[in-house]
Order: sequence, then structure tokens, then C-alpha cells
Amino acid sequence: MTSPAPIAEPRETPRPDPAAVPALSIDGVSHSYGPRRALMDVSFKVQPASFTALLGLNGAGKSTLFSLVTRLFGIQSGGVGIFGHDISSSSGEALRLLGVVFQPRTLDLDLSLTQNLLYHAALHGIGRREATTRSAELLGRIGLSERAGSKVRDLSGGQMRRLEIARALLHRPRLLLLDEPTVGLDVKARADIISHVRQLVTEQGIGVLWATHLFDEIMSSDDLVVLHQGKVLAQGPMSRVITDAGAQDVNTAFMRLTGAQTMPGGGA
Amino acid sequence: MSSITTSDAPRGFSASEYMTCLTGIVWREGLRFLHQRERFVSALVRPLVWLFIFAAGFRQVLGISIIPPYETYILYEVFIAPGLMAMIQLFNGMQSSLSMVYDREMGNMRTLLVSPLPRGFLLFCKLLAGTAVSLLQVYAFLLIAWFWDITPPLSGYLTVLPALILSGLMLGSLGMLISSGIKQLENFAGVMNFVIFPMFFASSALYPVWRVQEGSPYLYYLCAANPFTHAVELIRFALYGQVNWISLAVVAACTIVFMIGAILAYDPSRGWRGADLREAKDEGSDPGCHGNCAVLHGRARPIRAILTGPTPRPRCRRFRWRPSGPARRSTRPRSR
Repeated sequence: MTSPAPIAEPRETPRPDPAAVPALSIDGVSHSYGPRRALMDVSFKVQPASFTALLGLNGAGKSTLFSLVTRLFGIQSGGVGIFGHDISSSSGEALRLLGVVFQPRTLDLDLSLTQNLLYHAALHGIGRREATTRSAELLGRIGLSERAGSKVRDLSGGQMRRLEIARALLHRPRLLLLDEPTVGLDVKARADIISHVRQLVTEQGIGVLWATHLFDEIMSSDDLVVLHQGKVLAQGPMSRVITDAGAQDVNTAFMRLTGAQTMPGGGA
Repeated sequence: MSSITTSDAPRGFSASEYMTCLTGIVWREGLRFLHQRERFVSALVRPLVWLFIFAAGFRQVLGISIIPPYETYILYEVFIAPGLMAMIQLFNGMQSSLSMVYDREMGNMRTLLVSPLPRGFLLFCKLLAGTAVSLLQVYAFLLIAWFWDITPPLSGYLTVLPALILSGLMLGSLGMLISSGIKQLENFAGVMNFVIFPMFFASSALYPVWRVQEGSPYLYYLCAANPFTHAVELIRFALYGQVNWISLAVVAACTIVFMIGAILAYDPSRGWRGADLREAKDEGSDPGCHGNCAVLHGRARPIRAILTGPTPRPRCRRFRWRPSGPARRSTRPRSR
């Protein structure tokens, strides 16, 4: 993270150094559903080869943010860039570099693992032969090679998630978005997925934005963005966020940060 | 895995990438269809009931004179077959489009729409895939109808194909346009009442329009202006190796207008918040619940209560409420 300024400080707008274009830059994004404001002037960056945790309770605006970054919703105000490509004006180039794992499962349960992957490859214009090679390779990496032909329905929750991550990597994106990917998984499956994704960051230099409300998924070396009721309350390396909040751990820091903003009874 | 070298210059998409995407979407829709036997059966039973029961009963009542494209006197069954083919496409188009706009397929739509290809193209592919599914249904119907003495010339089975593709696209995009544009029609019952039945009955599917004209000139005008009439006529003529140029022009024009309108009106945030609430509680899509059931999941609205009476019984676990207690009618608080 270059200059992780707290949101209260005036935001500087540095000329993006072409060598260090952020993987994802969210710039002053606001979004409302009718009268309800879901996001208010949200700004942060995800650097390549970094693990950024987007921490927020349910309803903080995480999913809305994901829908904006993936072009599902139109940007109402502000801007979203993926490696410098604006999601509104050059969405094709931007989405090419983006892999995403949505919170609800989006696999075809009646199709086989390979079929699911091939469909995704086709959506990215990857020809059949190349797609078959890549699917086999990715299935091997997530340890599901021998299940390639079976229906997704027969997989466990953790295996489905791993498959979804593999699918998101099929077109070789350089930014990976995961929206609460470990919800509903047991301890082991959770640990597997977290370590798998962290491996992607260190080994392949993929920038990861990991939305979660589970504090134990974050490590001290991670960048942290605390989103609460549509606003960014703090951002920066985790250790700094904790110190700035005058807390000992991320849990307390989060409670302190959101406590001032939370309506009585509306908190965690 | 790829290195991190940047090639940030926009490179656009090649024709082969578009083609790969198109075939991939149609292929997946076909695979899914093969797994949904109930949907297939119900899509077939509907026209067959009309053919075996309605037409059999009605043939003594309605005499059909020789009108083009027919060259001899024909049985009533033969006359309504093209109308029933169009009906299959009408139902299929409305169902698949409604599920595209509303929540059931939202997960699949998310997967589709994060493809880097232009959204309009993706939606077009999806409509084409829906049409391909309707083709399978129509040909299955034709196969059964053949044993019921509906025997168009063999070449007709081929010449009808382009007509079916065009009409399928028209009805699919109409469905998408309607479900994007009219909020009250977010469940299938509403679409049945306000779209499918009026379109089907005010058309040449069940009776030649000249007979309608004898009875009521206004209804005749309505039929003549109904795009569905032209879809039926296009199919009818094509099935006998002929082209009805007026119908072709009308259907083609309507297809273009509806499709552009549907693509412009498509808004994924529609039906979204409800979908998120439901999906958050769900483990993936429901095994026992396919396209047919899908559209029943719209939130109950007063308009449905008025028009369709009792609400459909829950058929899958995604249905979060269920009728309970002695008063079967009210399932949600009425006060608004």
C-alpha cells in the first residue's frame, strides 16, 4: 500500500506510476438503492500481489461494492479501475483481468466440474482445446482431478468453493475478488481455502480483495479496509489500523471503530 | 500461470472469441435442458393437450376452408399445429426471460455477466440459447404430432427452422422486455394472464383470422396487429416450404425492436435485493426446483392475489414461507 491515509485526511491524487498501477482502485464511489444509501464516498486501493481484507458486517455494503466492481450495477458516482482500466468505459479490458467468487454459489449443480469450467472459459472466449488443458491443470491444483466428470452437486461445500476459485482463475486474472468465500464451511475447509488464496498472492502475484466479517481470517501483514454502513472507517496495514484505533487486536479495533457509528442494538 | 507482465493496451475481442462465447452459452443451456426432464415434459404436455383434446373436440365445430399455404381441405389438428409450435416458443420465451430478470437465475446471470464481452452480446447469446431449447421442444412436438397425422412435407421440417429461430428470438426478447419493464409481472401467473393468454387467443393460432373478421372486425384488427399472429403465420408457411413475406417483415422488425429494447432495459439490480436475501440462506440453487418453478417465486403482490386467487403451494425449499394455520389464504400480512 503506498500511502494508506485514513479517510478523514484530505485524499491526495498521485499520478499513477505506470509500473505500479493498483490492481483495483475504488475512487469516491457512492451508490444508493432509491432513498437508501448503500455506499458513501468509498475509496481504497488494492495493490498487485497483496491481500486486502474488506472487513464489514452484513449490510455494510460489501456485496454492493462487488456488484459495482464486476459491472453488474452501473456506477452512479465515483470511479472503479482495474489495472487502470475504467470499469464503465473499458469494461471488457477491466473484466478480463478480474476473477470473482460471489458469495452465493453460482455453479451449475447438474453439470460436471469440467463442464462448469469449460462454460466459464467459453464466456471468456477461450477456445475449447486451451480450455480443456487449463481446466485439467486447475482441477489438479485443487485436488479434484479424479472428480472431473462427476456432478458438482456431489461435492462438499468446501470442494465447491475451491472449484469456484479455480473457475475464477481460469482466464488468468490478476485481481481476484472473493465475497465471504468461507461462509458455511467447516474449519478445515476454511483453512484450506484461505491458505490456497494466500498462496496465489505470494506465488502468482495476484491482488486479492477478500470480503469477510470473520476477524480470524486476517493476518497482521494484510491490508485492511473497514467498511461500515456504507462508509470506509479505516484503511491501511492491519497493524496500523489496530494502533490507530488504540486497540490490541483487530476485533477490538473493529468494535471501537464501528462502535461510535453503530446505532444502539444495530451492531455486531 | 501467466507472468505478471502487463499488456494493458486494449486489444478488444476477436470474432472467434465471440463465437466461442456464443457456442459456450448455447451448449450450457442445452446441457441444462437435458437435465431438466420435468421442464421438457411439461413443455410438451401443454401443446399435446391442445392437440389431442381441444383440437379433437373442436374439429367438428370449425370448418377450415382452403387457405394458403394449405392446398387441400385440412383437419383442424393440422391447422392448429403451427399455432401450438409458436405457443411452445411463447411459453419457453416468457419463462426463460422471466427467470433471467428475476432472482432464480441470478447466480447464473452473475456468472454470465462478469464475462468481459459486451453485455448486449451476452444477453443476445442467452436469448439465442433459450431459442435453441425451444427448438428442441418444438421438434419433439412435431415428432409426436407426426403420429397424429400432422404430416407436413419432409422438407418443411427444414424450412421451418429459420422461422422458428426468428420467432423464438422475438418471443424471448419480448419476454425480457416485458419482465424488465413491468414491475407487476414478476411472477409467471401475471405473465400468463396479461401476456400469454391475450397474445395466444388474439392470434391466428387457433382460428384463421378471416373467420374472426366475420365475427368482430375489431378483434380482427387486434389479431392482425399482434406480432404473435405473424410468428404463427411465418411458421405455418415455412412448414409448407413457403414464405409469408409480410409476417417475415413484421417478425423481423419486432425482433429487432424488442431485442434492442430488452437489452437497454435490462438491469441486474432488479429483483436483486430479494435474491440476495434468499440466496444468503440457501446452499446453492435448489435441486428440485427448475425453470418452471422458478417463476413462481416472485414475492406475493396484491395484483397476483386478486388475479389468481390462492397462491401456489410451495414446491421447493427456497420458498421461505408456507401456508399455515386454518386460514389457508393469507400467507403474509396484507396490510401495506
